Amino acid sequence: MIPTHYYLLLGTGLFAIGVIGVMTRRNILIILMSIELILNAVNINLVALSGYFGAVDGQVFAIFVITDAAAEAAIGLGLFIALFRNKETLNADEIDLLKW
Amino acid sequence: MLPEITFFILSATALISGILVITRRNAVHSVIWLIVTLFAVGGIFLMQRAPFLFAVQVILYVGGIMVLFLFVVMLINLDVSVKQAQFNRQWLLGVLTAVALLAGLAYALYKGGDAFALAHVSVAAAAQGNTQRVGTALYQDYMLAVEIASLLLLVAMVGAVIMAKRKFE
Repeated sequence: MIPTHYYLLLGTGLFAIGVIGVMTRRNILIILMSIELILNAVNINLVALSGYFGAVDGQVFAIFVITDAAAEAAIGLGLFIALFRNKETLNADEIDLLKW
Repeated sequence: MLPEITFFILSATALISGILVITRRNAVHSVIWLIVTLFAVGGIFLMQRAPFLFAVQVILYVGGIMVLFLFVVMLINLDVSVKQAQFNRQWLLGVLTAVALLAGLAYALYKGGDAFALAHVSVAAAAQGNTQRVGTALYQDYMLAVEIASLLLLVAMVGAVIMAKRKFE
């Protein structure tokens, strides 16, 4: 039997990796993948606490998080296709049209 | 002993392939490593007696979202960006901030982790079956949330089509 806080520690580690990916990478596709890593870390925590309390609500929330991830990926990738068509770049720091 | 070994193998796989996701130069390799991470996280779900969520993870995440990712990565020309710098100028500050965040959270879990040492599993929960319980919760207690989620998916579908259309008329 694994103690619950081991799962929470794993979730924390995966979350930190995702945050590093979001803050340091230039490629927007990899930034979106890092967001998926963060959402998975959240899911690990939700399922661990759901098992700890013996209730199923955390798993239901994890399903909603996965739904959110699907919607976000569809919108984000559509945006990237439109962006690449207009700007010919995938680097987040070169997309600065609103900066002056 | 066996659950511990399985847990450590799965979590090491998840963390190492997670690090590989954010360090690879080629985005296709990142997608492949992300699929490995998702399978390891699915195994973690299975260890916590959530087989329905494992099925959702494999079918929806790996089979749906990741294929969409792979599709777009191969659609967008990446030959140029492979040769460019992969990290932005403030990468050191970003890494330091994330490591500070990780240290704070891990310290809090280390100090207070004993509060939830072992899960108390109820006998009635194990008797009924995970999928049945998730289904009951989804369609009774969280019915409004399910409707809102379906509306969100509809909006996302329409939005993706509009966004990827060639020209705005």
